[in-house]
Amino acid sequence: MRGAVAINAALVGIYSGGAWLAERLAQMLPGEHPVGYIDVSFYRDDYSTKGLRANVATTTLPFEVGGSRIVLVDDVLYTGRSVRAAINELFDYGRPDSIELAVLVDRGGRELPIEPTYVGARVSVARNLSIVLQRDLDGRLELTVEPSGVQGG
Amino acid sequence: MANPQLNDKGELNHLLTLEGLPGEVIGRILDTAVPFVSIAERDVKKVPLLRGKTVFNLFFENSTRTRTTFEIAAKRLSADVINLNIGVSSTSKGETLLDTIDNLVAMNADMFVVRHGESGAPHLIARHLSTSGRPGIHVINAGDGRHQHPTQGLLDLFTIRHYKQDFHRLTVAIVGDLLHSRVARSLIHGLTTLGTPEVRAIGPQTLLPAAVESLGVHVFHDMAKGLSGADVIVMLRLQSERMKGALLPSPGEFFKHYGLTVDKLALAKPDAIVMHPGPMNRGVEIDSAVADGKHSVILPQVTFGIAVRMAVMSMLGAS
Repeated sequence: MRGAVAINAALVGIYSGGAWLAERLAQMLPGEHPVGYIDVSFYRDDYSTKGLRANVATTTLPFEVGGSRIVLVDDVLYTGRSVRAAINELFDYGRPDSIELAVLVDRGGRELPIEPTYVGARVSVARNLSIVLQRDLDGRLELTVEPSGVQGG
Repeated sequence: MANPQLNDKGELNHLLTLEGLPGEVIGRILDTAVPFVSIAERDVKKVPLLRGKTVFNLFFENSTRTRTTFEIAAKRLSADVINLNIGVSSTSKGETLLDTIDNLVAMNADMFVVRHGESGAPHLIARHLSTSGRPGIHVINAGDGRHQHPTQGLLDLFTIRHYKQDFHRLTVAIVGDLLHSRVARSLIHGLTTLGTPEVRAIGPQTLLPAAVESLGVHVFHDMAKGLSGADVIVMLRLQSERMKGALLPSPGEFFKHYGLTVDKLALAKPDAIVMHPGPMNRGVEIDSAVADGKHSVILPQVTFGIAVRMAVMSMLGAS
């Protein structure tokens, strides 16, 4: 991503894994990058069947979305539905000049025509497993593979 | 006895009363309201959760503010909203309450927000919907008789939590006409469920319900004593339109004893907040210097009320 991301691009992490990654990328990438956080719960397409989950976080975009260049950041890209929801939410704040997508892991399995701009790694895991990013008390990030039951992204 | 507000999974299916509503459900509503507050600050003040749903505001009693905040909440969730002032339509032509409901269900209603002069009317509608096999239609009580006004209670709890964080160390004083106040009843149930150690009722004997002490409330007739050390002061409106018979001598006399002035406010904690459910009568229960002063959180209450109603509707709308 170094050299490819605009030096003033805003990094918007999708809660919760993407939010940690956006913070880290803001430190590592050259330039000044405002960091925002987005919780897509109000835009998910499975609300009518699954309901609203508990502990929805507050979307915080501390920069002018209209006219900005945005890199959406998520930990795991799977069906593409969270990214669809995040893009819809961003447009309710304004019209960005561009949106790119950076993910740590692309596990395939897309159900929508969404492709990442930047990918850490491409992996394939069985459908009944979830890849989960976790953060320990020291702020260390760790990817684990768990039995499914967690919502797909 | 099963709680008719909850479905068999323990999720909220109707919101009828705060009495008996588990603390974890109240906590979940308050938590869910937090992210809804910031939607009011965006370019597009809407999220798509209730897109395609139809919400009927059924107001058998007038209330411009409550109806408006419910309407805004539903519209910010992208629902279609129909306002019906039933007092001046069907019932005046002789239609029964449940016939009115059946007709609106035939128009594909998804949610009813009900304000009614009779205690228990929203409960009756909820029971009718479930016994007639329409469990996907939800009822929110927007004030019934002298019984409950749960979303007002919830927005009061949200406001207190916003400014004071933890209920377990608070002294909350509720002042004035508790007898006619469904707001006070809902708030008292919510405060005790969430573990508030000291809830006080302050007012003249004639305006305090006989059984208020059985709710775990300490009664004060002397306002100075009751306000001493309070973290939160909730002033109630003097509901002169509901008063039958001579319950108090005059509004002027009431203000002298139970009106909140700067001097009386000084008896509470230095960082106390002052709340009022509105509409307020300046110079009757509250002095303008207090209503407009730095302790007042009366207008934030209104703003939070929209977020709390959005939270309730979005929790009901999915089930």
